[in-house]
Amino acid sequence: MDLRLLGPEVALAVAASVIILADAFIPGGLSRRAMLSVAALGIAISAWAAISLGGSSASGFNGTIRADAFSLFFELLLLAGTLLVLLAAATLLEASPRYRAESVGLVLLATAALMLLASATELITIYLALETSSLSTAFLSAWNKKDLRSNEAGLKYFVLSAIASAVLLYGIALLYGLTGQTHLEGIRQLLEVPSKAPVLLAAAMLLAGFGFKISAVPFQMWTPDVYEGAPTPITAYLSVASKAAGFAVLVRVLQTTLPDTQIDWPLLVAIVAALTMTVGNLVAMAQSNIKRMLAYSSIAQAGYVLIGVAASRQGTGPVLFYLLGYTATNLGAFIAVIEIARRIGSEQMADFAGLYRRAPGLAFALAISLLSLAGLPPLVGFFGKLFLFWAAIQANLGWLVLIGVLNSAASLFYYAQVIHTMYLLPGEGEVSPEAPNLSTGSLVVAVGGIFALGIFSAPLLGLAITAAESLP
Amino acid sequence: MNTALNLAIWLPLAGAVLIALLPSAERLARWIALVASGLVLGLAVGLALSFDRQAPAAQPQFITHLDWIRQLGASYFVGLDGLSLPLFVLNALLVFLAVLVSWKTQQRTRAYFALLLVVETAVAGVFSSWDLFLFFLFWELELAPMYLLIGIWGGERREYAAMKFILYTVGGSAFMLVGILLLYFNSPVKTFDMVAMGSQPYVGSLAGLIWLLVFVGFAVKVPIFPLHTWLPDAHTEAPTAISVLLAGILLKMGGYALLRVNFGLLPGATRQFATLLAVLAVVNIVYGALVAMRQSDLKRLIANSSISHMGYVILGASAAVAGGAAGAMAMQGAIFQMFSHGIITGLLFVMVGLVYDRAHTRQISALGGLAARMPFVAVGFVMAALASLGLPGMAGFAAEFLVFAGTFPVYGVATILAIGTIVLTAGYMLWLVERVFFGPQRPEWARLPDASRLEALTVAAFLIVIIGVGVYPRILGDILAPTAATLAARLAS
Repeated sequence: MDLRLLGPEVALAVAASVIILADAFIPGGLSRRAMLSVAALGIAISAWAAISLGGSSASGFNGTIRADAFSLFFELLLLAGTLLVLLAAATLLEASPRYRAESVGLVLLATAALMLLASATELITIYLALETSSLSTAFLSAWNKKDLRSNEAGLKYFVLSAIASAVLLYGIALLYGLTGQTHLEGIRQLLEVPSKAPVLLAAAMLLAGFGFKISAVPFQMWTPDVYEGAPTPITAYLSVASKAAGFAVLVRVLQTTLPDTQIDWPLLVAIVAALTMTVGNLVAMAQSNIKRMLAYSSIAQAGYVLIGVAASRQGTGPVLFYLLGYTATNLGAFIAVIEIARRIGSEQMADFAGLYRRAPGLAFALAISLLSLAGLPPLVGFFGKLFLFWAAIQANLGWLVLIGVLNSAASLFYYAQVIHTMYLLPGEGEVSPEAPNLSTGSLVVAVGGIFALGIFSAPLLGLAITAAESLP
Repeated sequence: MNTALNLAIWLPLAGAVLIALLPSAERLARWIALVASGLVLGLAVGLALSFDRQAPAAQPQFITHLDWIRQLGASYFVGLDGLSLPLFVLNALLVFLAVLVSWKTQQRTRAYFALLLVVETAVAGVFSSWDLFLFFLFWELELAPMYLLIGIWGGERREYAAMKFILYTVGGSAFMLVGILLLYFNSPVKTFDMVAMGSQPYVGSLAGLIWLLVFVGFAVKVPIFPLHTWLPDAHTEAPTAISVLLAGILLKMGGYALLRVNFGLLPGATRQFATLLAVLAVVNIVYGALVAMRQSDLKRLIANSSISHMGYVILGASAAVAGGAAGAMAMQGAIFQMFSHGIITGLLFVMVGLVYDRAHTRQISALGGLAARMPFVAVGFVMAALASLGLPGMAGFAAEFLVFAGTFPVYGVATILAIGTIVLTAGYMLWLVERVFFGPQRPEWARLPDASRLEALTVAAFLIVIIGVGVYPRILGDILAPTAATLAARLAS
């Protein structure tokens, strides 16, 4: 019975092993098509396994894993994001034959770890899942072996994530020292708060550890360099999957263990949220490389999500909805960038001039994604922000909402700058039109999602709230 | 569920999608745009004819009310009343004429007509939404297409003008959104349904703050001094048809929203701010006219005259708080003036466009004696100028008369200043006509052709509406009078 709870993760791990081993033992290696087929099959089986558990709230392995609607929501989100990233990388994989089985396998392993992270209810398990995913992504960041920047990205991610993990371990140790427990629910039951200082310190350390994953200020230092240096599909993966799972574990730990009536962690999170969106937006304005700009933009986006985290219980549903919309939106932006950069050979925004003429479909996709990131209706980014602000107003965080609204308005400046360059400035050179491929297919899905998730936000928000309420 | 109204809102968007899906339909695009906007015009006129003029005005007609985002209390709620119907028809009419005006567009035809149709859906949605949330969405939907229309097809300084336009409007929208959310959370009814919000208006301590927040958003659009500086740039740099839409219907969005949201949902705060509004209105009227007087650019002059004429709308609205017969008349005048200004300024921009297309200059000093070469354009221009300065028998007179007659008992000094400005208006308009069309003929303009048949038809369509409404104002007055009276009565109580 217990093993069924791990079904989704096991399916991915098996698929990853098959791909890596088959590539090693079959002469001439595994073809790209076969590789992606096995990966897609693994993802499908994993999704089926997750759905068949059905958010039953069953708990297993001595209470370390829980299959509730909350973890189901994130598992499906992560699987969908992973599938889109792999499809988007298809053309790039063709061009670089070396280590491609390893990269596809590592992406699947990282996703398995992130899924475990979203469903773990015990601190040591959470730590193990976090480390597994960080190790995989560190290797993936350094995938372009001959590229110095890619190597730098991998090393930076590895070292800084190790430091963040150490801080997280201190926090876990503190909670263990206070309660003798590592189970989240056990901690909540035994946690007595005679003096708040150690508990608040532990909360701050957990926030630091998870803050690294979601690139919250002041733990965001690695983000721009790693985003710029890593291969773009990996950057996309980091910005959506890794970030979503980071929020999943952050929300679960805060909600399950620390009663916000006794410890004022919402204020702590609110301050981090204000800093994160402001720093992210301000620095994003000064960027000239689109991947660096999107790195800072993803920091700012994490700040918006933290508004919902700070709104505690009522904010959780909106947080989940926002992450859903953000996944579609950011994937749309990154896949468009992958394709644009592959065709014009540049990631400098200045070289996007006149892209509207040269590649109208890609320019449109990028423009829609950026407008959704800026929060313009009727795109999903608008509804996501609206629901977050909504929850925050009800949680009496009006000041935070005001900062959020001002940040959104300011962010339009740099998002619109890219659209301005693509549509209004004259550009040189031609881009030869290409037949639709897997990558453009995934782009269509992402951009379609930006519209559809926005217009049908009501039922999806309902689902997100149901998932949020399954937290104990 | 009213099919005709929903079709009239969404048909243009469907047309835009169709244009986007047909990859090599450069020539077909304009026909799709013509058919879509023509159908919408037919539907809008049909709605106006079947509008029940005797029904009580507190409820909109042609209602569609569907559940949408229940968690927020937002619904899909559209309908028309005496305030929105004239503007809804105006939108349909001006977009249809704008398609005709831009018939010869060569550059990126598909994108141009698709964006034009998106704007039509957005504005139609703004004028017909009875859900404040839906209203906000439509309001924002107009932004991006308009930015591109100015920025891609505009004149020499188009990028600057487009950027200024979007920064002003987005800034205003941010204030508006905060105001709308504050209103929702403090309102006793906890819904975005404007009928419910209006029947039980919020009167608490935040009313003044909310009023000012949403007012900033709308004042940018109207535009009200000192938030007007985007307008001369945007109107001047935009291509002719887009100038027609900017002046003709986008400014009306501001005036309409002011009456619908500020006046309709926050009557108490409106009474507090009425005098401020009247003062701002007079500043708009006088300042716009003075600035228009000393313009050297034909289009910039017309753009500044818009600032002046939109002041009459605000003036009439501000006097409506007095209630009674005078208040109702002033409110009627304000709504009437929005329609009149839309159609008259639309024609003025068309005429400027005709001159510019031929002479390739908008400098007034470079032109002169054009009447001899292009008599039809000259006649059209003179008629538009006369309508603009409020000649009796034309749409502008009916509107301004109602405004003045209604406002005088309430704000005497303001009315006198506003009436005095008509002299200025007559001054700059007639002086403009004289400098451009009369005087000695210049050799460089000796070969200019007169209006083509299509252009003449377009101009004639404008003139028929202007004179028709001017000679028989009841065609409009009967529709808007009950709503104006209800609005004014609610303000006064």
